[in-house]
Amino acid sequence: MNINRRNFLKALGITGVAMGTGKKLNAASVKKGSDKEFYGILYDSTRCAGCQGCEWECAMEHGLPDPDLEDIPVIGQKRKTNENRRSVINVYSTSKGDVYVKNQCMHCNQPACAAACLTQAMHKTEEGPVIWRDEKCMGCRYCMVSCPYDVPKFEYFSSNPNIQKCDMCWDRVKEGKLPACVEGCPAEALTFGLRRDLIVEARRRINENPDLYYDHIYGEHEVGGTGFLYLSPVPFEEIGFNTSVMNKPYPELTKGFLYSVPSIFVLWPAILLGIHKATSNKNNQTEEENE
Amino acid sequence: MSNSDIAFTRDNGRKSVRSFLVAELKPKGKMLTPFNIVSVPVIILGIILIVIRFAKGLGAVTNLTQEVPWGLWIGFDVVTGVAFAGGAYVITFMVYILNMKKYHSIVRVTVLNGFLAYVFYAGALLLDLGKPWNVINPIIGNNFGVSSVLFLVAWHFLLYMIAELIEFSPAIAEWIGAKRARKILSGMTLGAVILGITLSTLHQSGLGALYLMAKEKIHPLWYSEFIPILFFVSSIFAGLSMVIFEGSISYKVFSNQISEKDHKSHHGIIHGLAKVCTITMFVYFFLQVLAFVHGKNWSYLNTRMGHWYMVEIFGFVLLPMVLFFYSYRKYNILLIKIASIITMVGIIINRLNVTVIGFKWDAVHHYYPTWKEIVVTLTVIFIELWILRWIINRMPVLREATSWAKN
Repeated sequence: MNINRRNFLKALGITGVAMGTGKKLNAASVKKGSDKEFYGILYDSTRCAGCQGCEWECAMEHGLPDPDLEDIPVIGQKRKTNENRRSVINVYSTSKGDVYVKNQCMHCNQPACAAACLTQAMHKTEEGPVIWRDEKCMGCRYCMVSCPYDVPKFEYFSSNPNIQKCDMCWDRVKEGKLPACVEGCPAEALTFGLRRDLIVEARRRINENPDLYYDHIYGEHEVGGTGFLYLSPVPFEEIGFNTSVMNKPYPELTKGFLYSVPSIFVLWPAILLGIHKATSNKNNQTEEENE
Repeated sequence: MSNSDIAFTRDNGRKSVRSFLVAELKPKGKMLTPFNIVSVPVIILGIILIVIRFAKGLGAVTNLTQEVPWGLWIGFDVVTGVAFAGGAYVITFMVYILNMKKYHSIVRVTVLNGFLAYVFYAGALLLDLGKPWNVINPIIGNNFGVSSVLFLVAWHFLLYMIAELIEFSPAIAEWIGAKRARKILSGMTLGAVILGITLSTLHQSGLGALYLMAKEKIHPLWYSEFIPILFFVSSIFAGLSMVIFEGSISYKVFSNQISEKDHKSHHGIIHGLAKVCTITMFVYFFLQVLAFVHGKNWSYLNTRMGHWYMVEIFGFVLLPMVLFFYSYRKYNILLIKIASIITMVGIIINRLNVTVIGFKWDAVHHYYPTWKEIVVTLTVIFIELWILRWIINRMPVLREATSWAKN
């Protein structure tokens, strides 16, 4: 096989392009270099009385429509967040009586939505809240496909649609204030703080009151850890939680694929060019004649 | 580029560019064909629906919900359409990399089909975007979401369209009579082919990888970590079935453009492609069995979804595979064409099973496309076919190249 300068440069060019493109495509999900602990919120369902105060605080803080006064938590009916409300309270009838549960974005440590977002509109801040940025989003809704909790909601009836989801009151947190729902909760069911401290606090509550609590902190390990942590008097299946989620971060599911991209980008062109050279008719004829 | 411009004017006998284009833009052929009578009303209705969609939002036209954010426009137009467009990378691989000269006469029409498919299915993607004006964000600026599979797919769509345009560009150069430009562009073909095959490998599988994070949302019979490989392997015979199907139609519709030599060799081409389909479908069937056993999915078989799964695997993978094999052995061209149609239906079923039917299969409210979504989908397909016909009637796609372009 003879390799002249032209073909050599061609191969070099292809490899160069491949490596340039390949480098960008690594599966990044963990922030390196910052060992800062994320902020989070601990929700203690044994304290919540289902007053829906948090729903009102949330709607006012984010300029969403006022909650419907008739729409209260009812056993057997799952109220869901939607494009008009980022946080809802549900009630479940359990072996230990009625239990209220607040639902909103879980603020995963390694969020699937942020890994899915091709414009970084969905973004895990260094402080912990997962935020959505209007000017970057192109409305592809891949975050909604990827989120294991179906959290991001899309404004289907708008010509300039936004994604609505809890952002842990990112603007307030930046100013050192508490998230609106935490500040407004009269029952102190919500606690804001560093995730590490919240886990210690949750453990303390379980240890001091083993009869009251079910011995599990939802969100400590689920989907690789979440910013929102839950305490419950009963197993979490009883209060509508998705307990079939993995205990590892969801972005890991696409990691294998994304890691294979740079190698294919480097190997494929070289192999293809090689086969092309080997199968060209001229080449095969001379080989036979030479032998 | 100045050189090619000079060649351009000279070759057209100093005829101005404008009058050449005006003459070429005029419709050729009969106006009242059955295809025109069906497609024109659909296209008009579709365009009205698209205007409504942008004025009032996606909800005004589609049945999409907060739980099922991707429907027919992604599952069929993009995911299925791109699988069917896979013929271009397979045929260019066979002709330019493996030097199988036999298939050279169908390269141009296949690449053109692939290129238009990408342009229009990427176009369909724009219809589905909430904020399509931000579509340039992942291409320019500092908003690279590099950990996203969709980022990879978006870039690959763009680069692959450029690669296919380069592969097709000699035909455009012949059309406008630009000799020198044709020479330069022909020289770029191999590079474009190699880039194109690499990109296709990654984004055909990437379309499957998009759904990897939706682990609990897709029915276990269709979710496995093998989705990317399954999507890639099936794109080979999906693309080739499309080439067989589309080839037999265009050899009838554009019969007058095709030389006698090509008419004769066409059966040989279809016969050869049937063999490739048989082998790749066997590999695919084997992979499906592997994914099934690996996923320990026995308990799902005797459910409604399980029966549907078996219909797909036995009726639309195993059956057409056997048909391809049998008709290849018997040299039965008609049966090969029938097998390719069954295969294509099977690909539609498979892609929709992953993206729409099996997605949130256990939800209370199932997603069904509205008639409006279907009309818009048909509009996209019909406009593509109009453009395809326009190009084939003008450029040397099916007919032989002009004498000066043969080398």
